[in-house]
Amino acid sequence: MNTLAGGQQTGQVFDSSHSPVALEVIGLSKRFGALPALEGVSFRLWQGSFHALLGGNGAGKSTLVKCVMGYQPADHGTVLIGNRECVIESARDAHRHGLGMVYQHFTLVPDMTVLENLVLSRLPIPKMIAWKKERQRLETLIAETPFRIPLHKKAGELAAGEKQKVELLKQLFLQPKILILDEPTSVLTPQEADGILGMLKERTRSHGLTVLIITHKFREVMNYADAVSVLRRGKLIYSGPLAGNTPAMLAELMIGNETIARIGERTRAEKGPVKLAINHLSADSDTGALAVDRLSLNLHGGEIVGIAGVSGNGQRELVQALSGQRKPDQGGICIDDLPYAATRREMARFRCNCLPEEPLRNACVPRMSLAGNLALRTFDRPGFTRWRWFIDAKAQKEHALELIERYRIHPSEPGRRIETLSGGNVQRLVLARELSGQADLLVVANPCFGLDFAAASEVRKQLMQARNNGAAVLLVSEDLDELLELSDRIAVMFEGRLIYEAPIAAVDLDEIGLKMAGH
Amino acid sequence: MKALVTAAAVAFENLLIPICALLASLLLFGMFLACLGNDPFEVFHTMYRGGFGSLFSWRNTLERAAPLMLTALCTALPAQLGLIVIGGEGALVAGGLVAAMTGLVCGSFAPWFVLLAMLAAAIVAGGCWIAMTGWLKYYRGVNETIASLLFNYIAIALLNHLVTGPLRDPQSLNKPSTPPIGNANMLGDMPGLGVHWGLMFGLSACIVFYVIFFRTTFGFAVRIAGGNLRAAKIVGLPVGRLTLITCFAGGAAAGLAGGIEVAAIHGTANATLAAGYGYAGILVAFLARQNPLAVIPVALILGGINASAGLLQRTHHLPDAAVQILQGMIFMMVLFSETYYGRLQALFESRRAA
Repeated sequence: MNTLAGGQQTGQVFDSSHSPVALEVIGLSKRFGALPALEGVSFRLWQGSFHALLGGNGAGKSTLVKCVMGYQPADHGTVLIGNRECVIESARDAHRHGLGMVYQHFTLVPDMTVLENLVLSRLPIPKMIAWKKERQRLETLIAETPFRIPLHKKAGELAAGEKQKVELLKQLFLQPKILILDEPTSVLTPQEADGILGMLKERTRSHGLTVLIITHKFREVMNYADAVSVLRRGKLIYSGPLAGNTPAMLAELMIGNETIARIGERTRAEKGPVKLAINHLSADSDTGALAVDRLSLNLHGGEIVGIAGVSGNGQRELVQALSGQRKPDQGGICIDDLPYAATRREMARFRCNCLPEEPLRNACVPRMSLAGNLALRTFDRPGFTRWRWFIDAKAQKEHALELIERYRIHPSEPGRRIETLSGGNVQRLVLARELSGQADLLVVANPCFGLDFAAASEVRKQLMQARNNGAAVLLVSEDLDELLELSDRIAVMFEGRLIYEAPIAAVDLDEIGLKMAGH
Repeated sequence: MKALVTAAAVAFENLLIPICALLASLLLFGMFLACLGNDPFEVFHTMYRGGFGSLFSWRNTLERAAPLMLTALCTALPAQLGLIVIGGEGALVAGGLVAAMTGLVCGSFAPWFVLLAMLAAAIVAGGCWIAMTGWLKYYRGVNETIASLLFNYIAIALLNHLVTGPLRDPQSLNKPSTPPIGNANMLGDMPGLGVHWGLMFGLSACIVFYVIFFRTTFGFAVRIAGGNLRAAKIVGLPVGRLTLITCFAGGAAAGLAGGIEVAAIHGTANATLAAGYGYAGILVAFLARQNPLAVIPVALILGGINASAGLLQRTHHLPDAAVQILQGMIFMMVLFSETYYGRLQALFESRRAA
């Protein structure tokens, strides 16, 4: 299924029968209010193994590792490390027992440089910091890894992929015996992911490091894991060696009898007229550096154009310029041959919608209700107002109830604050808002970031449907598989420009890889 | 049903926490009084008498509550946009000063026209004063809290400069003032109440702005922008314009308070305009959780406390500053109590789960 998956398997086949147990969890349970997140989960982690933890959205994977790390207290259950019972109540305790973790959400201080962030994570933090020595130590550490990170840059200026690398470096710097990773590769290119996972795998063999990794990508599981555990709705369904399992079997374990949306057929072969025309568009990043550099692109109705590229090459700024979050410095955007300045009136008129990355941060009002968030686009349109200027709360609520049901948003209370929802449900809500009224132009960025398999294919199905209905879709993604699956045309963005463009039938994967690296 | 219980918990919390903060600051103030050798209960009783005990004290309270309602809006309205504006004092002074000047310029017209012109000028002046803060914030990235605070100093200095210099009435000897606008042009009392019309302006401003900010599409847009700027931009809302309008509205309320102070109380502009209504308004807005409707009762309480200052001075020989100490304590307690929001709801949910 994946041509990028080379023979990355390093070392010999792992044999658990000769290894001691590095970490054992017995009968772990945790409730959030009335909601059981974990119910009596027990499993073992063999020393020197590469263990994958699988499960759908809300299956309790993150909760499980957070309980182990002492980030949240478990209600019941014990954690044994090296056959000794341990009480872990803080990151400090976890560190003392040789545990390290890379969290799903970034934990860097945005205003500090990479160097400062890395030194900050040292435990204990020295009273006096010899910056020169620290820098040298870090440089040697980085030289051992396949990453190239500028130490002087501020963490806030890094793209998601680079941030993830720094998070990983932070942990490697501490030299843990057991490393837990929560979806570490979701923002990386396949090559970057292979680089990181390959290095970790090698460390399991050479340093006896034990890795527990949460991931949604079967390719990574099949290529790197020795053992696998599967959670479904807070219960452990399977735990054992990977050998003998196929991705289909694992998927079935994860999802049970839930149905998975098929991507859907690509219909309508002929393209529509040019919907979106970008002419020599330039935009600065937050720091004032040129991020989008005289970029031009035409997008037709009824096609999906995928923009590939390593994160940090101006994709974010491009999406922001198209969605109205950033003022372009030069050049123009035209829709249907008319200039477009991303005002509310134009958005409604051209039916131009956007699914940005990190939807809770970029497209929702966290403290507002589901109904309010679903009404962000429509609240001032006829049908949602009373006496022209007044909000019709009842219409909003009815509309919300309909969308919540249609898009299966959970929990289904329109009055609930959106910040209490899980990531997958927030994504579904934004999807419901942006796609439910017929969209003619869709700007989409990393729509499946952090979504499980079932939710991701649901999102992709919706995008394909929008395209089949004649919408022009610009899909910016760091996930090449997703781009290959959905796009009619693929372009590669490097340093703010498009340096490669080809229809999907003529795409050469090796060339894309090279172009992404700037060759 | 569940949503209903949650909503009730939130409402209860919004009421309970400010009340507890108020009680805690009274307790603290009581301890302070005891240390000074006063009987705190007697003092509290006197405060009640001074604020709400008689018709006279009620009038006194209401006249003080009116400008507080208006200056509180100067903080509460921009707060809907996520801005913390503390420039009510400056906007009030600007409004008062411009109202007095307008009164002088058109003093020969009919009284109703003079009054209307004065109040309109005060609204525009106060509105522009705070809109400048909003402009600096949105277009130039200047912190709105600092900017509005510094604007207060500018307004007060400008007032002092004008009333002691170019606009000084040679007749005002001890207290430099602008020439009086004339008795005929003063804002009168509401019939039967003995309280000037400012109270009506304050009450209606609170109600009107509540409706605008919580019931109209404009208010919804403002609250979207206040909740998440990025989300507001992605749905194409004109955030810059919303910022300017909202800040103008807040400043206009405070400016109107200044205009009313000149037109109904002082009859001229002088240094007493900067009597602290602007600063007390910040306190009212925070106690009211930035809700324009809740501003009304809170302004009454604070107005009552202010009104009792005189009586405290006379009966307990407490200095005038005692009331300000109480206000300071209330403000600290309110800010401190902000950290408790959300816990009660969590408690409810875990109870029902168990």
